[in-house]
Amino acid sequence: MNGAWWTPAASIWWIVLLKCVVLLFVVITTFAYAMLFERKVMGWMQLRPGPNRVGPWGLLQPAVDAVKLILKEDLTPKTADPLIYRLAPFISLVTAFSVYAVIPFSQPAPGNVWAISDVNAGILFILALTSIGIYGISLGGWASGSKYPLLGSVRATAQMISYELAMSMSLVGVLILAGTTSLVGIVNGQAKLWYFIPQFVGFLIYIITAVAETNRAPFDLVEADAELVGGFNTEYSGLRFGLFFIAEYINMLTVSCIATLLFLGGWTAPFGWAVVPGIVWFLIKVGFFMFFYIWLRSTFPRFRYDRLMAFGWKVLLPVATLNLVVTAVVVAVRG
Amino acid sequence: MARKKLYNVGALLAGLSVTFKFMFQKKPTIQYPSEKKKHAPRFHGLHELRRYADGKERCIGCELCSSVCPANAITVIGAENAPADRRSPGERYAARYEIDELRCIFCGMCEEACPTDAIVLTPRFEMSEYRRGSLIYSKDRLLVPPDAGVGTPPDDRPNGIPADLGRVAEKKSTVDWRTGYDATWRGTVLKTQKKGLAG
Repeated sequence: MNGAWWTPAASIWWIVLLKCVVLLFVVITTFAYAMLFERKVMGWMQLRPGPNRVGPWGLLQPAVDAVKLILKEDLTPKTADPLIYRLAPFISLVTAFSVYAVIPFSQPAPGNVWAISDVNAGILFILALTSIGIYGISLGGWASGSKYPLLGSVRATAQMISYELAMSMSLVGVLILAGTTSLVGIVNGQAKLWYFIPQFVGFLIYIITAVAETNRAPFDLVEADAELVGGFNTEYSGLRFGLFFIAEYINMLTVSCIATLLFLGGWTAPFGWAVVPGIVWFLIKVGFFMFFYIWLRSTFPRFRYDRLMAFGWKVLLPVATLNLVVTAVVVAVRG
Repeated sequence: MARKKLYNVGALLAGLSVTFKFMFQKKPTIQYPSEKKKHAPRFHGLHELRRYADGKERCIGCELCSSVCPANAITVIGAENAPADRRSPGERYAARYEIDELRCIFCGMCEEACPTDAIVLTPRFEMSEYRRGSLIYSKDRLLVPPDAGVGTPPDDRPNGIPADLGRVAEKKSTVDWRTGYDATWRGTVLKTQKKGLAG
């Protein structure tokens, strides 16, 4: 590199690096408190107070959980494929984190992008990465060399294929309306009307498929504690289990972010309440989706596997395709 | 058909509204160690042996409690009162009195059987120990301290837990938890009782 680290040309690199580090800590902290939030909300919905022993109002619970997970013994089954077994959690985690490289959190101002980078194919980048994240689950279950994880990972593969199709289809409608795949561009396109109104069907399909995509109840067939003893992560323990756990929650955050950006207008303020900064609106909307997923989990029982597949292929995919065709025709007719 | 029920959106929304309402309901949880539930006035908990106002033991070593005990948890060995050192007003007193709280089913029949109201069940129920042997309460822990007062007999208890109950629970086990309790003595006593040789 020519020039010292303080020159403008070089500063681009370490500013990005700094952004990465800050964002990493923010996302991990958000994960920790998302977990606490989930346990609290689920507790309330089940008439329990939720964790409240560690720290005031249970606020130190995530720290204690982390210490516990780190101190636990890390077991590898004899029959496991050692390399892939150890690699799988990292595939899940790294892809889950990488998504945040392109997510914009607020209105880009000159010299302040509010994201690590504004990629012009942002949504495609996210979809590609979340698809790779599934490999972590599939390979982890496969490499465990044990029955239940294998069943879990087989389910994961099938479920992801069937739901990712419908998910992508539901997002294409938004892309047609916005005419761009840049996340900033999509949000700017929602200045007048948030896309969840013209794309309501797409919005519903996205919400449903996102639950399946993140393996959350009622679509948590991959884990299915009752049938598969934890599914793909049965054999995992200690920190490796923790990594899968982190990845699951970060994926939850990711799908909430995408839903916010694509359907709820990202950081744009509703009713012209622009007094509140955009980042706050963004966080409120993401929080709403997080709550919604927790709410779903504590309300609905798990799907039966054949119904899950039938629902994905026979309902979600055709409806998403129809929605895509209708949107395309309407946009084409109106010019 | 089942298929129709799967797409019953109204039912899904109804379910969501139920969980949402539950979120704001009052939680029935009692935060146990810091917050304790009030027990019924005659709750059957840990035993204690009472005294008379003059400090003499009520127990006369009659072994009625021991023989009525359905769980075989009580062991009593009576002895004659020495004229110089009278432990109880009667002829005899309990030289050894032990209750195995692990065997005890807290039915309260010892309390009913006792002719002198000596044994009483208190509302104390927290008696965790590190060793099984430590849960065999001997007389030094069962007998109330002389300064604890006479106590309320079980039939005269007011509508609530009498404040003087349960002083026994304050006493720690005298058994060394590392070595445990010497159960052989109790074993021989039980054997002799079975043979009808207990004196």
